[in-house]
Parts: sequence; C-alpha cells; structure tokens
Amino acid sequence: MLILHCPYCGTDADETELAPGGEAHLKRFGPGSQDADFEAYLFARENPMGVHFERWRHANGCGKWFHAARCTTTLEVFGTYSAQTLDPPQEIRDAITAKRPGWRWRDFA
Amino acid sequence: MSNAVSALQGEVYKGFATVADVGPSGMIALRGDLGAAKLKGAVKKATGVAVPGMRKAGFAGDNGVCWMSPDELLILCPYESAGDMTTALQEALAGTHHLAANVSDARARIVVSGGDMREVLAKLTPADVSAAAFVPGDFRRSRLAQVPAAFWMADDETVEVVCFRSVARYVFDILKNAAIPGSEAGFMGT
Repeated sequence: MLILHCPYCGTDADETELAPGGEAHLKRFGPGSQDADFEAYLFARENPMGVHFERWRHANGCGKWFHAARCTTTLEVFGTYSAQTLDPPQEIRDAITAKRPGWRWRDFA
Repeated sequence: MSNAVSALQGEVYKGFATVADVGPSGMIALRGDLGAAKLKGAVKKATGVAVPGMRKAGFAGDNGVCWMSPDELLILCPYESAGDMTTALQEALAGTHHLAANVSDARARIVVSGGDMREVLAKLTPADVSAAAFVPGDFRRSRLAQVPAAFWMADDETVEVVCFRSVARYVFDILKNAAIPGSEAGFMGT
C-alpha cells in the first residue's frame, strides 16, 4: 500500500484516499506549437524502473493536487511537495540522491 | 413553502454504538485566504469561533468551524440561521476574493455515539481514529467505505460524520452495519 504525505493537509494518506494524476512536470505545448512537441506533450511519457515523479490528488481528503517522488520498483517514497512548482525542490533531489546516487529523470538529476 | 427535511429523516439505530441522523443542519462553505485578518475577523464575528488550525475544528454553542482544506472552511450552525449567517459573511468579506455559500442541504450529518464508536469508524475508514491520533477538536476528511466523508469528535464518546446527501443512505447503512451488536472487533481497546 502506497502511503503519501499530503503537503496541504499534513496527513499520511493511503492510496485509497488518493487519485493518481500521471506524470509530473509536463510542459504544455498548445496551439501554435510544433506537431512533434504537441505529440510529445500528449503521448510521450516516462516509464522508468526506479525514480519517478508523479502528480497525485488527495481526492478523499483536502482535495488538493500535489507532487510525489517515488521509486517504481520498490514503492519507496522519497518525498512529496507542493504543486506550485515547475521542478522538484532541492530537498527532494537530495533525498533521492542519498538513496539512488546518479539518478536521472528527464532533465532532472 | 415545503418543509426542509434531512435525507434520513431523523433515523436512529442502536447497536453497540448508536448511529443517529442529526436532522436538518446548517452548513456554510467558506472559501478564501484563511490567513487574512479580514476573513478571520468575519468568521469570528459571524460564528463566535476563531478560524481553526490545520485539520482542527472549533465550536462555540451551536456553531462550529471546521478546517476543510488550506482555503476552505465548513461552518456549522442551526439550520434556520444559515441564511442570515451566509449573508453576514458575504457582507463582511465584500471586496475580497471569497466564496460563502449556504450548503445546508448538500450534506447529511450523522452522529455516532457510545464507548465503542471508534470501532465503528475504524471498520470503514483508512484514517487513524485511535485515541492517540484522533481526539476532540480534530477534524479529518477521509472516506467511509466507498465515499468521501469528514468526521470530528464532539466529545470522548461521540463522533459526528458529514457526507454528501446523495450518499446519506449508504453511509448510514454502513455505519449501522459496522455497529451491529456482537461485531465489535475489540481492536481500539475501549
């Protein structure tokens, strides 16, 4: 069972209280963008074995969206953080580096 | 004018804990910047209760203020006074970005009482409702079986539950089922 700490209401919410929101930190390419960029925005997703960044919503709770960094193989959670950011905060990156030295995910490392 | 009735019309079930519909109950959804002095003042003036901290609920007389999320409060009051209180909040907060809506008929309010009421809740929710983690003054939004619900303790032996009106029958029935005499799990040590 995945248990994520909701950064907005401070509860340790279990998976059944949450709704998954897919991959985090997508950059939107809308009208006027290149077809290749738009296609990648719509369809190209990471499918890593290891460090992954996701969006989750505390659906049966405070209702807020937040980000989570976790490992897809061990289900280890490195941390959760606010949705109001474009990239993972330094303490989350440090927590991942401590457990998975040399990790890389899209442009983050 | 038609008479306002609650979804469960005052139904009561007595098992090892008592599950009872509270009846029509005033509720106001208030959204806005909970840290703003203007909002804090307006809530205090309208309800007599200070804006509670994260996952807390405060009560004074018939009124209560519950922390729903970082930008939302649920105000509890007598059914008859919800309209006036909503107007008072709207007037006090005029000019600031906010929403105050009378949602009295949107939800059902159910009270579970008895020494073993934690057992009833623990069967239905993933939230920690042990005496160590959940005490009077705490407010928790979670789920009961398959639907969202929020609950808080009025005192050591009473917990109040709010859920959407459309699932009031479902929530009452699962609470009732969890309170059937002889089905005590004995896990909460009460």
